[in-house]
Amino acid sequence: MEKKRFVPRSFLIEVLVLAGIFTLVQYLIVSGLLNEYYQINLSSMCINIILAVSLNLINGFTGQLSLGHAGFMAVGAYAAVVVTTIYSQPFILGLLAACLAAGLAGLIIGVPTLRLKGDYLAIATLGFGEIIRVILQNIDFIGGPAGILGIPRYSTWPWLFGLTIFTIVIIVNLINSSYGRAIISVREDEVASELMGINTTNYKVLAFVIGALFAGLAGALYAHYFYIIKPSTFNFLKSFDILVMVVLGGLGSTTGAVIAAIFVTMLTAALQTFPAIRMVLYAVTLVVVMVYRPQGLMGNKEWGRRTWGRIWGEKNEPLANK
Amino acid sequence: MLDFNFHLEDGELLGLIGPNGAGKTTVFNLITGVYKPDEGNIIFSGRDITGLAPYTICQQGIARTFQNIRLFKDISVLDNVRIALHKDAPYGLLKTLLRTPGFFQGEIEINKKAREYLQIFNLEDKAGEIASSLPYGEQRRLEIARALATKPTLLILDEPAAGMNPNETRELMDLIRWIRKDFGLSILLIEHDMSLVMGVCERIYVLDYGQVIAEGLPEEIRRNKRVIEAYLGEEVG
Repeated sequence: MEKKRFVPRSFLIEVLVLAGIFTLVQYLIVSGLLNEYYQINLSSMCINIILAVSLNLINGFTGQLSLGHAGFMAVGAYAAVVVTTIYSQPFILGLLAACLAAGLAGLIIGVPTLRLKGDYLAIATLGFGEIIRVILQNIDFIGGPAGILGIPRYSTWPWLFGLTIFTIVIIVNLINSSYGRAIISVREDEVASELMGINTTNYKVLAFVIGALFAGLAGALYAHYFYIIKPSTFNFLKSFDILVMVVLGGLGSTTGAVIAAIFVTMLTAALQTFPAIRMVLYAVTLVVVMVYRPQGLMGNKEWGRRTWGRIWGEKNEPLANK
Repeated sequence: MLDFNFHLEDGELLGLIGPNGAGKTTVFNLITGVYKPDEGNIIFSGRDITGLAPYTICQQGIARTFQNIRLFKDISVLDNVRIALHKDAPYGLLKTLLRTPGFFQGEIEINKKAREYLQIFNLEDKAGEIASSLPYGEQRRLEIARALATKPTLLILDEPAAGMNPNETRELMDLIRWIRKDFGLSILLIEHDMSLVMGVCERIYVLDYGQVIAEGLPEEIRRNKRVIEAYLGEEVG
């Protein structure tokens, strides 16, 4: 038996690389080398990564097709803005409120809808997403259809970067555990999973709530970057955008979700001046991927510590997990 | 549909046979909670488990395999067994998310146990392979390994020898006997393969059109007139 390092070298490398990226970008922003245009895209990228990774937990790992992710994003965004802007509390409280409110919304919507399967679940979640939007539109306290203006820009690069990494770490930790395996077993065969002693309803709801919670976090970050939120931002097209990222990246691959979120954000940015072409290219990309790589860019493979470890020549136990 | 009454002693190896459509698998689905009975009770270890959810019934100690193999196809062989170990997960959700030392300890424990089960079924070398890539016989064995990993006191095998050649069936017979002795559990077996049932079961129930038509030792069943009729059809007088 090989002697185990307390902290694997690959873990240190990961931390160093992330710290490097963070410092580099922070330096570029502070020194003014990175102009506003790039900063906006970088922020969208972080927000999209959080959204894609969290939706992938529901759609990719648990196998429950949800089309209401923008709804949870809206709940989080509004909850945070109410706390920070209307009640002038600190940003951290706003973020907590966002997570709580969106998680709660996930629970309330998840418990009844997760009894449904496949298309029915998709339609139900789509409906609930729209219901959330319509409700927000009709509350005058939060601005009705006009939304809320003048939100302070609290979502700075450290917050965005930190919370993106936080989201990925939490979801990866969840998936690579006994709980994660229980969640995956629901996707693989619900009946068999239930007969192996797994309370499938609980795990579906758990994944749904965690996914909703992070969507709420992304909503809060979004609201505090773009100064303004209005209900129409969070319509079903937004949910569809996130779904495209997840499907493009590969259902059930966190790495894929991250890569696809980055790619889609860059594509959107590059085609900002031609919105019509953007939608066409979107569709074409999706069709090409579905024809030539129906499992998505990454399938259900991951790039993780093992991959870096292999590149670095570190010896690992025989690959058992993936 | 089904009017059925039977009992199973502790540590017994009971066979359930009958022609196609006799309701054998339905009996299994009733016991494991997939279907709920309209009337009657299912008592297991002195507790009434009628109408409980399948996962609760599994937690009470009943595990099963399926007539048409139902593995978790797209994940590894090891993960299939590890999922069955989940109901006794040695760490909580918070430890999982924070990756405390307790989590790593627990994972080591789970991996060790899962590999033990794979070893019993000669599948240890295949731990990293995708479950659906295994040959048929090994998928059957993996399914039994997975069921055993839930630590049942009653193991229900739904046609374990389906699709196996005589050689594999013989090996399976030895395996079933050995499992029962080594794990000290009761086994309930549905089978079409008469050699397997007659060779391994201590007592047999014969089911036809949802009714028990005979019960007894393998020898008695072999000579029972009604059983022969059910299988071969009534003689035209």
